[in-house]
Amino acid sequence: MAAQTIPLPPPSLARRLSTFFYRRPRLSLFATLALPLFWLVIVYLGALLALVIQSFYRVEGFTGQVVREFTLGNYQQLLEPANIDIILRTSLMAALVTLAAVPLAYPLAYYMARYASPRMKTILYVAILLPLWSSYLVRVYAWKLILAREGIIGWAAEQLGLSGVLDGFLAIPGIGGPSLALSNFGVFIAFVYVWLPYLILPIQAALERVPKSLLDASSDLGAKPNTTFRTVIWPLAFPGVVAGSIFTFSLTLGDFVVPTVLGNSQFFIGQAVLTLQGTSGNLPLAAALTVVPMMIMGLYLTAAKRLGAFDAL
Amino acid sequence: MTEFAVELRDVVKEFADPGKAGELVAAVNHVTLQIKDGEFFSLLGPSGCGKTTSLRMIAGFELPTSGEVLIHGQSMGKTPPYQRPVNTVFQNYALFPHMTIGENVAFGLQMKGVPKAEIEPRVKEALEMVRLPGYEKRKPRQLSGGQQQRVALARALVNRPEVLLLDEPLGALDLKLRKEMQLELKTLQREVGITFIYVTHDQEEALTMSDRIAVFNAGRIEQVGTPADIYEYPATEFVAGFVGVSNLIRGEAARQITGTAADFTIRPEKISLQEAGAPVADGRCTIGGTIHDVVYLGAHTRYLIDLDGGGELVVVQQNLETTSMDVRAARGRKVQLVWERGHNRLVARSG
Repeated sequence: MAAQTIPLPPPSLARRLSTFFYRRPRLSLFATLALPLFWLVIVYLGALLALVIQSFYRVEGFTGQVVREFTLGNYQQLLEPANIDIILRTSLMAALVTLAAVPLAYPLAYYMARYASPRMKTILYVAILLPLWSSYLVRVYAWKLILAREGIIGWAAEQLGLSGVLDGFLAIPGIGGPSLALSNFGVFIAFVYVWLPYLILPIQAALERVPKSLLDASSDLGAKPNTTFRTVIWPLAFPGVVAGSIFTFSLTLGDFVVPTVLGNSQFFIGQAVLTLQGTSGNLPLAAALTVVPMMIMGLYLTAAKRLGAFDAL
Repeated sequence: MTEFAVELRDVVKEFADPGKAGELVAAVNHVTLQIKDGEFFSLLGPSGCGKTTSLRMIAGFELPTSGEVLIHGQSMGKTPPYQRPVNTVFQNYALFPHMTIGENVAFGLQMKGVPKAEIEPRVKEALEMVRLPGYEKRKPRQLSGGQQQRVALARALVNRPEVLLLDEPLGALDLKLRKEMQLELKTLQREVGITFIYVTHDQEEALTMSDRIAVFNAGRIEQVGTPADIYEYPATEFVAGFVGVSNLIRGEAARQITGTAADFTIRPEKISLQEAGAPVADGRCTIGGTIHDVVYLGAHTRYLIDLDGGGELVVVQQNLETTSMDVRAARGRKVQLVWERGHNRLVARSG
């Protein structure tokens, strides 16, 4: 039996174009990535570069004009005790928020990855993401109401006769303030609240990738549950914890809304930047101050890499 | 101490039915089994037959809904896996990806609190046993599937368990490697003298390696016996069909051959093909048929034959003289099937 040749359809323009790109995978890839590349390189990195350059300019004290002359004066100014204070306060807050968020996020992420039924998992996803769909500002103000002296916590303390305890707590220097809503502790609570979803999801994703059979194997080889956690689950989930902690840490480092709404008058980096470029009009010093969180994040990522957080990537 | 390494006594395991909320399905349904010390014992059956669940109950990952699991005469009760004297080789190897090969193999010894000075030589010895000497420093992902498989074996055997459980350990390997590993495993088992309980859905694998086989179907055991028992004397229709080609003859065709309508099976390689009308010796069964399809398999040829009395049979012939050319011409030819009456096996219909 002779093979019958099926005639190819006449090549239309669209077909020729498809063939052209199909045979040139590199060109196709470039065409796909052109727009995001343009955005990332020109707009994103460009803006960062402009910021860094700006930080080496100075402001003419008399006119308030930015003078485009190279100087390290802004960075010198950052070393003044008041500024060091701001940087340390912000870094400490970021570290504490991160440390406090992990024990909150981890068990929930573990439950979602290991035990939750698909239905329950969907419900939890929505519950975790739902707050992110409403305005962040509104949620921070909600916390102001909760933490205010007349708020639910103050009310509950009063009803339980614990007002004294609350006042005693608020009297602790560095943590307390006139009310929870005007204290560093209030700032801390609101930070943990607003960034928690960003920590839960990466941990959950990392735990999801740990096969159940590894836990079986560990227990089969004689490891008790807490040993399995320490030697198998935690090391494998660690990259996810670090990925999430990068969010909680960096977002706290750069935020100015929460300390403005809830804090006492002590500045955090974000507030200082805002004031410097707005009220004081010292754009170069503001730029130098924003370079600080970038450098802290650089150190943070280096430390995370040292700890092997990216080995599994 | 009894002579049995592992015993299952009337074990039932029920799971929540994923299809119907609130209802239970029995994955393992009243299974009783005795596995002798030092035996290479296979649990054979199709997927979902309860073989893996049975293994997981021996390991302690699952607890029976009712019934009892005993290891060396000791009832396991609710003993967790980390306190049972068994080790498991998992289907996907389950090597710890963040540890080196050496750390993987040493894991069980460390858990047992074996002194450090003793761990290193034992790890070395275990890796030599599975022919991977000097692999301590590598990571699992740098190894091929077959090598990972051997590490998994070393990681289990280094603990000198009383019983080694293997859950389809060769399933992910390609055919050639799988055949090599089958022989290697069998040799290894003879050397170490540990009881192996081996789960597989591959009947050939079970026949190749096992001292005895339990054939599972739908949560129950259909038959327990040596490979030859299982193959030559299948107790049920299911066993006949699952282990080898069933060639079930029933009804009118059975009456034509044996005089009664009782179902029986005949293995395809026991049948020879003759020209239609050729004389048949005494004590032999015969029936006419037409070759319906032919599959040339190199070493042998498989014929699918429509019987004159209804039904069809598979016949396998060695290609002693035949070539692929002859085979092609055979389709549609009338033939006579002849075999020893003694090879007929009456079988019970499976529930």
